[in-house]
Amino acid sequence: MVSLVTRSAVWLAVLFFAIIAMALAKDTPFAIHMGICGAAALIGLVVSLRQADVDAIVRGVLKMPDQGRYDDDPIRWGVIATVFWGMAGFLAGLYIALELTWPQLNFGLEWINFGRLRPLHTSAVIFAFGGNALIATSYYVVQRTCRARLAFPGLARFVFWGYQLFIVLAATGYLLGVTQGKEYAEPEWYVDLWLTIVWVSYLAVFVGTILKRTEPHIYVANWFYLSFIITVAMLHLVNNAAIPVSFFGSHSVSVFGGVQGALVQWWYGHNAVGFFLTAGFLAMMYYFVPKQAERPIYSYRLSIIHFWALIFLYIWAGPHHLHYTALPDWAQTLGMVFSVMLWMPSWGGMINGLMTLNGAWDKIRTDPIIRMFVMSLAFYGMSTFEGPMMSIKSVNSLSHYTDWTIGHVHSGALGWNGMVTFGCLYYLAPRLWNRERLYSLRLVNWHFWLATLGIVFYAASMWVAGIMQGLMWREYGPDGYLVNSFAETVAAMHPMFIMRAFGGLLYLSGASIMAYNIARTIMGSPLRQEAPMTETPYDASRDVPVTTAAHA
Amino acid sequence: MSAFTLSTHSTYDMLRHLADSWGLLAMAVVFLVLCLWPFRPGARDQNTQAATSIFKDENDGER
Repeated sequence: MVSLVTRSAVWLAVLFFAIIAMALAKDTPFAIHMGICGAAALIGLVVSLRQADVDAIVRGVLKMPDQGRYDDDPIRWGVIATVFWGMAGFLAGLYIALELTWPQLNFGLEWINFGRLRPLHTSAVIFAFGGNALIATSYYVVQRTCRARLAFPGLARFVFWGYQLFIVLAATGYLLGVTQGKEYAEPEWYVDLWLTIVWVSYLAVFVGTILKRTEPHIYVANWFYLSFIITVAMLHLVNNAAIPVSFFGSHSVSVFGGVQGALVQWWYGHNAVGFFLTAGFLAMMYYFVPKQAERPIYSYRLSIIHFWALIFLYIWAGPHHLHYTALPDWAQTLGMVFSVMLWMPSWGGMINGLMTLNGAWDKIRTDPIIRMFVMSLAFYGMSTFEGPMMSIKSVNSLSHYTDWTIGHVHSGALGWNGMVTFGCLYYLAPRLWNRERLYSLRLVNWHFWLATLGIVFYAASMWVAGIMQGLMWREYGPDGYLVNSFAETVAAMHPMFIMRAFGGLLYLSGASIMAYNIARTIMGSPLRQEAPMTETPYDASRDVPVTTAAHA
Repeated sequence: MSAFTLSTHSTYDMLRHLADSWGLLAMAVVFLVLCLWPFRPGARDQNTQAATSIFKDENDGER
């Protein structure tokens, strides 16, 4: 163990460095960020010096049971962080949907305009909500499937807190206008470096636990988690390769320029979808769906084919984001072909998940958590059909730059990622806090329908808006001039923007019900008095043997 | 240049042709072997065992 003096000295050094960097800062956002880092170091220093047992304090505050056979404390923190960041991210999403509909909501403030809140929303839902869900569930699954306690417990806690610091730095950066202009990779060089440290630690914890395993076989969910961790590390390092303008400033210049830069960005961007939002969440699916259904995955062989096909195909699909640009034509076609091929493993995986319920389909009626998983798999199937279709060049010429893309992304994110995460949270909360079951199953049902209806409003309105927008953009008059101006398309989409915001409101309401339900579960409230999800009504007149003539 | 005899024109040219010939073949073979591996004779039991391994400790390590 590192001695108290050494540990405190490290925190103090970081604190001094942060203060010096703050003083020498070339721009205000950098100074604010160094202030945040300094505050984090100060908290670390105080905790170290008081020799506080953080685990025990948090356990008391959050009513967490003592540690059992597995190291579950960071998972419990992760469940709460996932719910919290989910609410923040959905709320930001609703607000920017309202801003697009009624621009007065900008209030003339640059910090909350659409351009700054939009990356805040995307990062909050993808990296904060999704990322915390991935870290928490991966810690849970890897321990159970390897039958080993988490390796490097200190490092595992560092990963959790370090990741939260990354989220805070990224979020405040967006509001302050710090960006390197790369979609889904907006944070600047120093935040990227911090995330690299956190991510390598995450890899060490995960691989360390796998190496400690007492189970001979590595369960397929861990394959998906591992590919997610390794690929995200690779993508992050390559796409964020940049040279800072100053070591005390929040500006940097990417090492890639022009069309190479665009290709690297979308190689990153699409594989962030493929390995963060697909491989990682499939790992959840391959563990939690069989567990909740209480039956093994439909075909283990299919899950392995699913895995390798995803790994081999996804990495080439990125260029479909750059159709009809300066990117060489062969690269565009390559991206399109691989995207279309991806349809097959995706549907193989969807079928594998759904067919796990083979022989137990009644669970969809009786178990609202299974219902959530099934809807999630259905949306996985829908969005992985829509995606390849939109990557076809002729379709893309209509859909690209329109709101159809936004609808597609949300059917995947709200439907697939959101629903599977909700299912996992509902699975985890009572188990991690040793409760009999969730506070209420009826509320899960309410959440399910609000979320589903919200997605329907969102996706349907964006299909209409996007296709209309695409058709209006390409409409020529007999004189050879474009018929519509850009502003006319925006005006035409206004009703659909209102419907989209309404869908977002429904989705947020569902999530609020989840937050309430999980909070009551954690607090150990007595189970909600409610009618059970299924009845077994007794009909005495029908409960008789089939007697026709026998036994006279 | 001696390692690859595909082209001496340029690095781009060499990699481009490696990608659509031997590189593609090698990737395809590796992919097929990995996909067919669980279908090898005698793997059925191992697959079933792996698929049901998540149900071995029903209490999930909790009391």
